[in-house]
Amino acid sequence: MNAEGIAFYLVSFLTMGGIYAVLCIALNMQWGFGGLFNAGIAGFYAVGAYTAAILTSATAPTHVGGFDLPILSGLLGAGVMAGVTAWGIARVCVRLKADYLAMASIGFAEIIRLVVINEQWLTNGSLGISRIPRPLEDIFSGRQAEVVYVVFVWLVVLLTYFVSQRLSRSPWGLVMRAIRDNDIAADSIGKDVQRFRVDAFVVGSVFMGMAGALSAHYFKFFSPDATEPLLVTFLCWVMLIAGGSGNNRGAIAGALLVWAIWSMTEIITSHLPVEWASRSAYLRMLLIGLFLQFVLQRYRQGLFPERG
Amino acid sequence: MLQFDNVSKSFGGVNAVDQCTFTIPSASITGLIGPNGAGKTTAFNIIAGHLFADTGRIVFDGQDVTRLPAWRRQHMGLSRTFQLPHEFSRMSVLDNLIVAAENRDGEHILNAIFRPGRGRTREQEARAMATRTLEFLEIGSLRDELAGNISGGQKKLLELGRALMQRPKLILLDEIGAGVNRTLLGKIADKILELNASEGYTFCLIEHDLDYVSRLCSQVNVMVQGRLLTTGTVADVRNDERVIDVYFGGGKYQEHA
Repeated sequence: MNAEGIAFYLVSFLTMGGIYAVLCIALNMQWGFGGLFNAGIAGFYAVGAYTAAILTSATAPTHVGGFDLPILSGLLGAGVMAGVTAWGIARVCVRLKADYLAMASIGFAEIIRLVVINEQWLTNGSLGISRIPRPLEDIFSGRQAEVVYVVFVWLVVLLTYFVSQRLSRSPWGLVMRAIRDNDIAADSIGKDVQRFRVDAFVVGSVFMGMAGALSAHYFKFFSPDATEPLLVTFLCWVMLIAGGSGNNRGAIAGALLVWAIWSMTEIITSHLPVEWASRSAYLRMLLIGLFLQFVLQRYRQGLFPERG
Repeated sequence: MLQFDNVSKSFGGVNAVDQCTFTIPSASITGLIGPNGAGKTTAFNIIAGHLFADTGRIVFDGQDVTRLPAWRRQHMGLSRTFQLPHEFSRMSVLDNLIVAAENRDGEHILNAIFRPGRGRTREQEARAMATRTLEFLEIGSLRDELAGNISGGQKKLLELGRALMQRPKLILLDEIGAGVNRTLLGKIADKILELNASEGYTFCLIEHDLDYVSRLCSQVNVMVQGRLLTTGTVADVRNDERVIDVYFGGGKYQEHA
C-alpha cells in the first residue's frame, strides 16, 4: 500500500473511530457518571440513523419521505427523536435497578430492530434506505469528500466531549455521581433521584442518536444490518470499560483503541484461507475479549481512571 | 417536632412496626432504644421516607408527610445518617458534603450545559460551608481523600456533616456509635450536645449503649416487637421492670452462687 493509501485508510479509520467515540462519550454520560446500565445502545443508534435517513434522503416511492432536508436538520432530528424515545423509556424503566434496566433496554433495542425490519412503509424494511446525502457533497467528491466528512465527524465528537465535560463538572454531574455511588443516600440528602436519572438517560441517548445519524450519512445507506447489537452495543461497552468509565478522554481513547483492533485485524483475516476467513468475525471478537481482559487485569479502572 | 402516630409496617408476615406511637419534641435529643429486631431502624426509615407506612401518620413540623418521598422531607428539614455507612465512596470527602447542599439552579441539566455560570455562587457557598463543617467535626484533614477510603468511624462523622449541610430541623442518627472507638465516640457526643445547645438542632438517635444514651438524651422511647413499650427519662426506663425484662431476658441480675 502506498503512502496515499495509508493516509486514506487512516481517514476512514478515524471516521468510524469518531462515530464510536461519540457513542462512547454518550454511554459515559449514562454509565460513567450515572451508573445507568444501558444495554440498548443499538436501539437509540438506530432511531437516530433512521430519523436522519428519512429526513435528508431524496424522495423515494417505497417508504415515508425522504424529505430532502439539510444534513444539520438530520443530525438535530436524530438527536431529538432518540431523546424523546429515551424519555419515554426512562419514564417507565429508570426506576429499575442496574441489571433490570439492562434487560429492559435490551428488550427495547430488539423492539426497535423488529420495527425497522418489518415496518416497510417507514424504513423500507431489510432493503434499507439509500441515497442519504453527505455534507458538501456537490463541492467535494471522492477522497476529498472523505476528508471533509472526517472533519465533520470530529466536530461532533468535540461537541459531545464539550457537553459531557460541562456536565461532569457541574453541580448536576456531582449529584449524578452521588446517585451512582449510593442512591439511597442521595435520596436522603434531598435529591430527586428519578429526575436526575431520566436526565442522564435522555442526554446520553440524544448523542447516541446523533452517532447513528453520522453513520447513516457516512455510508449513504442504512439498513437493519448496521444495528447489530454486537457491532454497536457490545463494542461500545468494551470501549468504555477499557478506556476508563467516568473519564471522557478515556472514552475517546477506548473507542479508538478498540476500533483499531477490530478494524485492523480485518486486514489480516481477509488474507486467511477461505475456511478461516469465514470464522474471522469470531476470532476478532475473541481478540477483543482478550484485550479487555488484559486491560482490566493491569488497569482495574481502565486506561484513564476517573480520578488521576 | 415529629409525631409518629399509630404506625404499622409489615414485611411478609412480620409486623416490624406494629401500631407504634411516639413523639420527638422540638429542640430535644430523644433516644430510641430497644432490643435487636424491635423495629427501630424500620421506624427511622418510615420517618425519613425510605419506607412508607402501611397504616398510621407521620406529622413533621406540623405537616402530614406520610406519603412524601424522602427527598421532599429532606427539603422540609429532615436529615438522617445510616446504621451502615452510606458514603459516596468514589467522591472526595469534601464533595460528599458539597453535593448535600441545595443548588437548584446548578443542578438543572439545561443550566449545566448552556449556562454553567448559574449556580456557581451557590456552589462556592456550599464549598465554604462544607469546609467549615469538616473543621467543626475535626476531619478537615481528610477533605481530599476518597470517602470510600476513610475509616468506619470517620464515615460516621462524614454522614453527620452531610446531614448538617442543609441546616435541617431534625436529624435522625441511626447507631452513630456502632463500630466507633471510645475516644471518637466521646467526641461525637460532644458535637451533638454542642449542635443541640448552640444551634438548636433536634436529634433523635438509635443507640444500644445506655450510658451513651443517658449522657445525651433528655427523653427515651423504648420499642419492643414493633410497639412502644414506654417513654421517660433514661433513669426512669432503666428501673422499669419491663425494660429490664426485654433487655436482660427476664428477672433482675442474680448473683451466681
